[in-house]
Amino acid sequence: MENIIEIKGLHFAYEPDEEGKEPVEVLKGIDLDIKQGEFVAVLGHNGCGKSTLAKHLNAILLPTEGTVTVDGIDTKDADKLFELRQRAGMVFQNPDNQIVSSIVEEDVAFALENLGVPYEEMRRRVDESLRAVGMYEYRMHSPSQLSGGQKQRVAIAGIIAMQPKCIILDEPTAMLDPQGRKEVLATIHRMNREQGITIVLITHYMDEAADCDRVVVMDKGKVVLDNVPEKVFSQVEKLKAIGLDVPQVTELVWELRKAGCDISPEIISEEECVAAIEKLFAD
Amino acid sequence: MLKDITIGQYFPGNSIIHRLDPRFKIVITLIYIIMLFSGGNYICLAVGAAFTFGAILLSRIPVKMFWKSVKPLLPFLVITAVLNLLLMSSGEVLWKWKFLRITEDGLNTSLFMVIRIVLLIMGTSLLTYTTSPITLTDAIERLLSPLRKVKFPVHELAMMMSIALRFIPTLIEETDKIMSAQKARGAEIDTGSFATRAKNLISILVPLFISAFRRADELATAMECRCYHGGEGRTRLRQLKSAPRDYIALAVTVLFLVGVIVLGKLV
Repeated sequence: MENIIEIKGLHFAYEPDEEGKEPVEVLKGIDLDIKQGEFVAVLGHNGCGKSTLAKHLNAILLPTEGTVTVDGIDTKDADKLFELRQRAGMVFQNPDNQIVSSIVEEDVAFALENLGVPYEEMRRRVDESLRAVGMYEYRMHSPSQLSGGQKQRVAIAGIIAMQPKCIILDEPTAMLDPQGRKEVLATIHRMNREQGITIVLITHYMDEAADCDRVVVMDKGKVVLDNVPEKVFSQVEKLKAIGLDVPQVTELVWELRKAGCDISPEIISEEECVAAIEKLFAD
Repeated sequence: MLKDITIGQYFPGNSIIHRLDPRFKIVITLIYIIMLFSGGNYICLAVGAAFTFGAILLSRIPVKMFWKSVKPLLPFLVITAVLNLLLMSSGEVLWKWKFLRITEDGLNTSLFMVIRIVLLIMGTSLLTYTTSPITLTDAIERLLSPLRKVKFPVHELAMMMSIALRFIPTLIEETDKIMSAQKARGAEIDTGSFATRAKNLISILVPLFISAFRRADELATAMECRCYHGGEGRTRLRQLKSAPRDYIALAVTVLFLVGVIVLGKLV
């Protein structure tokens, strides 16, 4: 598979607020490749730089040092800015602060209007995107009538309408209730599965990360772990050392192993765990 | 509680007035205002009234809704009437008391003014009652678009208006939350003298403003992420299409205007 995102030696420092102060370095040398169609979770503690990293993927921020390439476009290339943002869409945490229009379908059309897509095609793409996230029945509603999860799905539809190759979601479920979280996650997984869109999911929920193809753990501006969820979550001590929790299942398996049970450390799904424990009892 | 406030007084419906192209509706309303002010006698006013009530009937919005829009302006109407009544000194004196006197002309003028203003309010309310704020914004943007040539920021203004409309419910909800949070900590928002209440209001407005600025910042980033770069080269999902009925409505209005002008000259 081809790499859609290539990050090489990325350093980034925020300009200091006052003169004479040292710039605050948030990203300290990140190398990361993400393949087309992958579903990657980026985990990390608050302030580890994961949101800053996300903002580099569609040129909201530009590297102080190093390069970020998305689908062959260097994010520093100002001429291709809109092309880049069309290919790498971004969904933010607060659904209220990313919906522009008072009517759902017009909000979904916002990006297409900006890109100057002709009416017929816009109409078609808006309807398709709304159906894809299951919000077609609500197309004439006002966003204020929707629940958090529904609003977030509208925001996702607004991105899908651009037909991106990659969607970056910056803690999209952090402000939602459990039902809303479920809806949004199911939608993202379906986009990944059915349309082959690369997903970069920034989160601090371990359970969300457990369902991904690959987990990247960041700490203090660096990538510390990068592997399939099973391998990442089996390193319980390392995760705990940087202040992260592990999914409940992993925690249980880890405690069992500490107590001397013979159980694989790479179990992350509930079903596997139940099966393994049943086997333990049977033995 | 605050959520119940309706901003813009749009009554959704499907009447012929609702379905008129909003651009035409705005132009028709402007012609209507000219019509009301170009006739100088009661007959002209009667024609104007006939036009107003005809349109109201067509809109199928209950007449009492229009009374609602006139009601807040009653004090203003009374003051206008009284001033006209007392200050006009020409014509036959009908009533006199010390330095106050009412003349026939005064009575006529004040009655005339009151009817005219009431009709004006009713007619313009019909526009906002039958057109959603967002459509109205859209129509204004398109009607003003020729001004773009003289560097007037038409698109930017319309964008600001529609974002403001979008965020009204959000900010109302937020105000509600802030008020509840402060009440929970013992703040008395609804009681006390005017001065204390005004002071308490500051403690609501400060967090509200801070949050509004934060929202604005995030919204700007989200808009950039969706390739927003001003009005240039933008296409629109909402298409405004004029139908024959729009031209007919416009023609009827122009006929009424001509009629009123002719009647004003003849009578």
